[in-house]
Amino acid sequence: MTISSVFDIGLVVLILTIGASTIVVREAFAAVIGFVVYGLLLAIAWVRLSAVDVALTEAAIGGGMTGMLMLGAVARLRFAKGTDARTSLPVRLAVGILCALVAAGLAIAVLSPPEVIPTLAPMVMENLAQSGLGNPVAGVLFVYRALDTLLEKVVLILALLGVWSLAPDSVWGGIPGLRVYAQPSSTLTFLAQLLPPVGIVVAIYMCWVGAKEPGGAFQGGTVLAAMWLLVMIAGLKSVPSTSQPWLRLLLVVGPAIFLAIGLAGMVLANAFLDYPSGYAKALIVAIEFSLTLSIGVALGLLAAGPPERVRQP
Amino acid sequence: MTLALDIFTVSAVSAGVFFFLAGTVGLLRFPDSLTRLHALTKVDNLGLGLIVLGLLPQTNGLFGGLKLVSIWLLVQLSGAIVTQLIAGAVRQHGPHG
Repeated sequence: MTISSVFDIGLVVLILTIGASTIVVREAFAAVIGFVVYGLLLAIAWVRLSAVDVALTEAAIGGGMTGMLMLGAVARLRFAKGTDARTSLPVRLAVGILCALVAAGLAIAVLSPPEVIPTLAPMVMENLAQSGLGNPVAGVLFVYRALDTLLEKVVLILALLGVWSLAPDSVWGGIPGLRVYAQPSSTLTFLAQLLPPVGIVVAIYMCWVGAKEPGGAFQGGTVLAAMWLLVMIAGLKSVPSTSQPWLRLLLVVGPAIFLAIGLAGMVLANAFLDYPSGYAKALIVAIEFSLTLSIGVALGLLAAGPPERVRQP
Repeated sequence: MTLALDIFTVSAVSAGVFFFLAGTVGLLRFPDSLTRLHALTKVDNLGLGLIVLGLLPQTNGLFGGLKLVSIWLLVQLSGAIVTQLIAGAVRQHGPHG
């Protein structure tokens, strides 16, 4: 047994233990912390599988972003005291049976893989040079599975609409209820002044390098969202109201440019979401940059939560 | 030469791992929030610093090394500030507030 397989087995045991503990633990806060650790461990597992793109996304979205959303949910639950009445036995039984069915279905899907694994890998590696990209993952995302990638971004906006819909009618289009810790000249202010320039450069780098090495729009967008949230939480910039035209424009600019280039492909190339030959890389980079902006704004607003106040006139 | 660098890497990373271990034991065993924070910051500064130092000879080129050093600096910065903020919250609201 080599030292790396010892490491892998240890990692798997750790992931399973943390995964089980997030389910078993009674307190919601501890469960969320467990979930964040679980996300970070999964990221290491993806690195071990040489899927650095997935690892970056898992660390950024699975560990960081989702963790922050769930921490927000826990904080809300603490204030909103629910009814303490326990659910009736039949309901609990039904929930248990349904969960067991889902788990069984997943187990069957995982334990009986198909004989020939459907893969795009050989095709992508053969034709990657044509697109001008160096990163096979970016090749799959933007050339072979472009429609999936487009729909993914649209789903993000739908999720944001879902969050906004939680606001009562009177504050629709108002200011999200992000908790702001505005204490002038605190250490947080210092961090919020020092870190964003670095973070913005890192985000642009991640987006740009995504064409030939691991990275891309989602990873860059998450860093961008984190920087924006940091500045808003420190009170250096006020939280914008969700009815601002520029905000809504930034939200849709990525998917809109993606869709426009896709539609242009019907005329200039052969099919929807096809790129005219020779321009593939330039177009993909343009899509990636606008998507990074849109993803950053969408994730920031998701974390900021539903509107709670009306804008002061 | 390569052997000497490898020995340097192994010893520096091992020292870093030792600090991580010590910090984790401190996190689990220390009695209150402030001392636990103390244990954590030692890990951030020394443990990660030693690991980065140990990995420097193994990087390919100047840029790899610069990336590693800037990761260490960023972790230092955010670690120190977040620790300050948590400690401030503990002082204001008490350990369970």
